[in-house]
Amino acid sequence: MSDDLALVEDLHFSHGDTVIFSGVNLRLRRGKITAVLGPSGTGKTTLLRLLGGQLQPDSGLVQVFGQEVVGLERKALFQLRKRMGMLFQSGALFTDMSVYENVAFPLRVHTDLPESMLRDLVLIKLEAVGLRGARNLMPAELSGGMTRRVALARAIALDPELLMYDEPFVGQDPISMAVLVQLIQRLNQALGLTSVIVSHDITETLSIADYAYILSGGKVIAEGTPEELEATEQAEVRQFVAGLPDGPVPFHYPAPDYLEDLFGESLSPAGGQDA
Amino acid sequence: MRNQRWVEVAVGGFMLLGVLALVFMAFKVSGLAWESDRDSFKVDAYFGDIGGLKTRSKVTLAGVTVGRVASIELDEEWFEARVVLELNTSLEGKLSSDTAAAIQTAGLLGDNYISLTPGIEGSTLGEGDTLKDTQSALILEQLINQFISNSSGD
Amino acid sequence: MLDGLAVVGRKTLLGVAALGRSGVFLLQSLWGWPQSWKALRLWVDQVYSIGVLSLIIILVSGLFIGMVLALQGYTILVDFGAEQALGQMVALSLTRELAPVVAALLFAGRAGSALTAEIGLMKATEQLSSMEMIGVDPLKRIVAPRLLAGFFALPLLSLVFAMVGISGGWMVGVDWLGVDGGAFWSNMQAAVDFRGDILNGVIKSLVFAFVVTWIAVFQGYDLVPTSEGISRATTKTVVYSSLVVLGLDFILTALMFSNI
Repeated sequence: MSDDLALVEDLHFSHGDTVIFSGVNLRLRRGKITAVLGPSGTGKTTLLRLLGGQLQPDSGLVQVFGQEVVGLERKALFQLRKRMGMLFQSGALFTDMSVYENVAFPLRVHTDLPESMLRDLVLIKLEAVGLRGARNLMPAELSGGMTRRVALARAIALDPELLMYDEPFVGQDPISMAVLVQLIQRLNQALGLTSVIVSHDITETLSIADYAYILSGGKVIAEGTPEELEATEQAEVRQFVAGLPDGPVPFHYPAPDYLEDLFGESLSPAGGQDA
Repeated sequence: MRNQRWVEVAVGGFMLLGVLALVFMAFKVSGLAWESDRDSFKVDAYFGDIGGLKTRSKVTLAGVTVGRVASIELDEEWFEARVVLELNTSLEGKLSSDTAAAIQTAGLLGDNYISLTPGIEGSTLGEGDTLKDTQSALILEQLINQFISNSSGD
Repeated sequence: MLDGLAVVGRKTLLGVAALGRSGVFLLQSLWGWPQSWKALRLWVDQVYSIGVLSLIIILVSGLFIGMVLALQGYTILVDFGAEQALGQMVALSLTRELAPVVAALLFAGRAGSALTAEIGLMKATEQLSSMEMIGVDPLKRIVAPRLLAGFFALPLLSLVFAMVGISGGWMVGVDWLGVDGGAFWSNMQAAVDFRGDILNGVIKSLVFAFVVTWIAVFQGYDLVPTSEGISRATTKTVVYSSLVVLGLDFILTALMFSNI
């Protein structure tokens, strides 16, 4: 049995005419926290959806729990997903259910537990994220950080083996950010989970990751342990890790030459097009 | 948060209301009660001209509705209208076989209906019999035409 | 010129593709919908929010349409001395046309737009995706109960509409304008045929229920998950369902009543 819980090999994916991945290779090691970093718009969320089988790649291999995800039929796919948990960027709590019912939802649909046992399980999960007292609130009454913690409790309700975090730190105040960072790390250790975090919050993510990949332009441009990445000389990685505004990843959207655009022969507002 | 029990009660009430509406439409609006008892028997009648008679037109006896027109079709041998009447089963075996059928009009512009007049013979009508004594519809325009041509011929 | 043609061609292709998607969507949702108690409960919830909550608008509109019909009909019929025919006029126009069509239009505005917005919002806030990741098929869990509840609710609503409308016509005609009550009902019963008029009206309404709910739920499921996308899809639901209802009404009427 290999050390890899999930494997992505030579992945190609495009959305319409936009190429999102061209030959991505990733390995998620069992029991570790793997980070996938990259600027916005590099398809990090898409990667998680490919792992969960919600999207089909153009070509390449996506393997989870040693099983090929691509081309898996609907039923088998749903079986596979029971072993995964996913934390969505917005939390994605079901707005018409209370916090308690949200966490109970996966248990209700996948198990036939008696109500008392179900209640215990839900309370354990809510306690783990520190929100046992908020069980009767509706999602609309929660703050952003609390929403994400409830979503986390829901994601671990079925004790998954693989937990995927989609931008868990976006839009959080420093306190909830710290709470989440600590929570993710603690859950990973306590439950023996394998986690993959997709994010562009470098510092927080690298502080808990065991291994990290940096995506840019549809490819993995660097990988390694956090220490290795911080020590690297590669310009693109340096720019991203240090957060410099301009560098190999350009600040400017591709455009014709500035001077020519301003004082060029053609005066049409569209720039360069003859009427 | 809406209560589950209330939802169930409301949906149940909604369904009852729907059934009530269907019952109302069936019995009060279309008078299905009369229609649904299959207790009727059919007799044929041939007319030279049925005027504005339609299926479901009334059939009356002494002014009382006793049945309806079930179907109207053209008899292709004699080129007459073959009208099938559906009569209350309580009349089966009671109407004499020389009963007369006439197409009449309710008021000047009203609907056409068939009026039956009992005869005197001893034998009676049953399912599938034919009425022999029939009187076609009076067509107002024809009457007026006739009247005008008669008076101008004088 | 050629550009215009290309645009027309592309729009047509997109339209045909959407039609195909919506067909697949319908089949996937309803194929093997679990007939369990849990599923029934979801269905009941939806009948509540689709049917029961539309009841008020149906009752009020039905009442007023029936009353107006009687008022208008009376002024015309009284010129011919045929005001006894008021009952049959009100009942026939309601059962054959107005109840199925107007109820469907109101339903599209009240329940259809709400369905689109609700499902669209679930999509935009990733609730559908997260349900999929939990291993629950949103087509079965979210879409199917709503479709089936819509198919069920509209025919009921349109029967209620007809009943209330005829009662409204009776109130105005008999109570107010002084048409003879006996003649009102007996003329109505003589003219209205249960199979020919009432059941055909119900069939119309079943067809409308199917199309309107289908359009509403599909627009919600297929929309671009942004606030702009939701508002556009909601508008589309109302416009498309109204047009389709009116178009289908013509076809169905031609099929059902043309030989009379």
